[in-house]
Amino acid sequence: MALTDADVDHVASLARLGLSAEERARLRDQLSTILGHIEVLDRLDTAAIPPTAQVLPLINVLREDAPRPSLSRDEALANAPRQADGFFEVHAVLTGGPDAEEEAP
Amino acid sequence: MAVEAVRVDPAAGIAPGSALEFETVIGLEVHAQLLTRSKMYCGCLADYADAPPNTATCPVCLGLPGALPVANRAAIELALLTGLSLGCRIPGYNKLDRKNYVYPDLPKGYQISQYDLPLCAGGALTFVSGGVTRTAGITRVHVEEDTGRLVHRSEVGGEVSLVDLNRSGVPLMEIVGDPDLRSPEEAKDYLIALRQILRYIGASTGNMEEGAFRCDANISTRTRDGVLVGSKVEVKNMNSFRAVERALRFEETRQRAALSAGEAVPQETRGWVEDRGVTVSQRTKEQAHDYRYFPEPDLPPLDADAAMVATVRARLPELPLARRARFAAAFGLGEGDAALLTAEREIADTFEAAIGPEATPGEARAAANWILNDLMGLQGQRGLPPHVLPLSADQLRDLLSALAGGEMTARAAKELLPQVEPEELPRAAAARLNLLSLDDTGVVDAAVAETLAAFPAAVADYRAGKKAAIGRLIGETMKRTGGRARPDDVRRRLQAALDADG
Repeated sequence: MALTDADVDHVASLARLGLSAEERARLRDQLSTILGHIEVLDRLDTAAIPPTAQVLPLINVLREDAPRPSLSRDEALANAPRQADGFFEVHAVLTGGPDAEEEAP
Repeated sequence: MAVEAVRVDPAAGIAPGSALEFETVIGLEVHAQLLTRSKMYCGCLADYADAPPNTATCPVCLGLPGALPVANRAAIELALLTGLSLGCRIPGYNKLDRKNYVYPDLPKGYQISQYDLPLCAGGALTFVSGGVTRTAGITRVHVEEDTGRLVHRSEVGGEVSLVDLNRSGVPLMEIVGDPDLRSPEEAKDYLIALRQILRYIGASTGNMEEGAFRCDANISTRTRDGVLVGSKVEVKNMNSFRAVERALRFEETRQRAALSAGEAVPQETRGWVEDRGVTVSQRTKEQAHDYRYFPEPDLPPLDADAAMVATVRARLPELPLARRARFAAAFGLGEGDAALLTAEREIADTFEAAIGPEATPGEARAAANWILNDLMGLQGQRGLPPHVLPLSADQLRDLLSALAGGEMTARAAKELLPQVEPEELPRAAAARLNLLSLDDTGVVDAAVAETLAAFPAAVADYRAGKKAAIGRLIGETMKRTGGRARPDDVRRRLQAALDADG
């Protein structure tokens, strides 16, 4: 399956990735190859098989509503490239995401 | 829902000044925080309100690699209970799906939600709006998880955003309503009724200010003849019932004006700006959202089977509208009083517990009046939340029986109420404060004699046939006993004195 540059740009923008022209060309070819491998599944006749969301024979795996200890703040922030006043610090986001709600400090 | 096409045909001819008959179509989406102790997919505390930033997180809600979610049974059951209270179908088999998007408040890069197979589907909400009972369809109820919280801050050298992930993974349910609402007032009344149900069944606090109950609205406008049809506009950022009504009123007016002027109403998302009283276009990327939903591989599907539904259904209490109707019918209360008494479950419970199952309509009305006038007045003065009364059912029962038995006058009770200590019975408080009715006839007779001497004009009026003058004398005698004499006793003694010496 051959992906177009536009396909790669679309996926990159969804993932908020900036790609150089060279990276785009390389990823287009690599992703096309990966999809080509998967395409082998298209040869199977699945007409008689109902769609399934899970291959494991499990259902209703639920936990009781019992709180458990959380990580300390230092542990939570340990891998953050930048932090400030106990928060993760990121580049400014100015417009809301799909479900984002924002508030001023 | 399909996007309605914009059809504006200037040739259709709108005579200047002619009144177009418009119809407004509104559908609401509500996100409510489920009242659980722990988060949706991990054991971190769900009540993040007072926690310092990033102190209620773990590998699951931080989205660390390899962490595996396990769904919270209580959250699933509360969403089911909500569906049952709204008369939804419970399809049984349902599953969780990943909704993918990249944003700093979403550490996994996806939200675990439900896509094509929700927990509950196809119900209805019955509510009262403008004195009319209305029913609006409920499309679906599904579970999902909240995002983190972003705080924006100006720094030297530019702006940064700060991320607090305490809220990440807190259980939410989304209640999607059909586009059945026809006015901003109806939208507000629908929300009030929905919030009331969620509070009754204990599914959510419904607190809008704290973000536990959030509403987005879809609103479109069309002429009744179907000639002019505007696109659906999504309105966000409304943080109170009043804001919802105001924002939708603004949109309704804006869309009607645009259609009247022969302009199109484009499909877009607009944000309500509270202090300016307007909605503004939230210009986001043109492309439609591409969430690439797929079944969540880390969570097995769910089956809300008959046993689970029966267990949850057993927890369903009498719902507000039914209770209101019962109060009105059983106790002869007016619709307005019945609505006020049943607005909060705790208050309706206190009322019923205080009057007991055998109460006469008269006793019930007396209790209702004390709650609605005096206790709610005191509640407001003390800044108590709307579901908390200053007296418990036991205290109210004691007060009502003391009043009914003449042990306390209404006037003394009004003076007493603000001084009753927590858990102190009103009779005990009245004894402590010397507010029980006077049984000492000597004291009452002395007050009567004093009053007669002090108001010769009123006495003369009465004896001259103006019997109404006795009202003044009763009031003055009551005052002289500190409100503790029984008014009927005072009247009898005054009459006896006036008629005897006349």
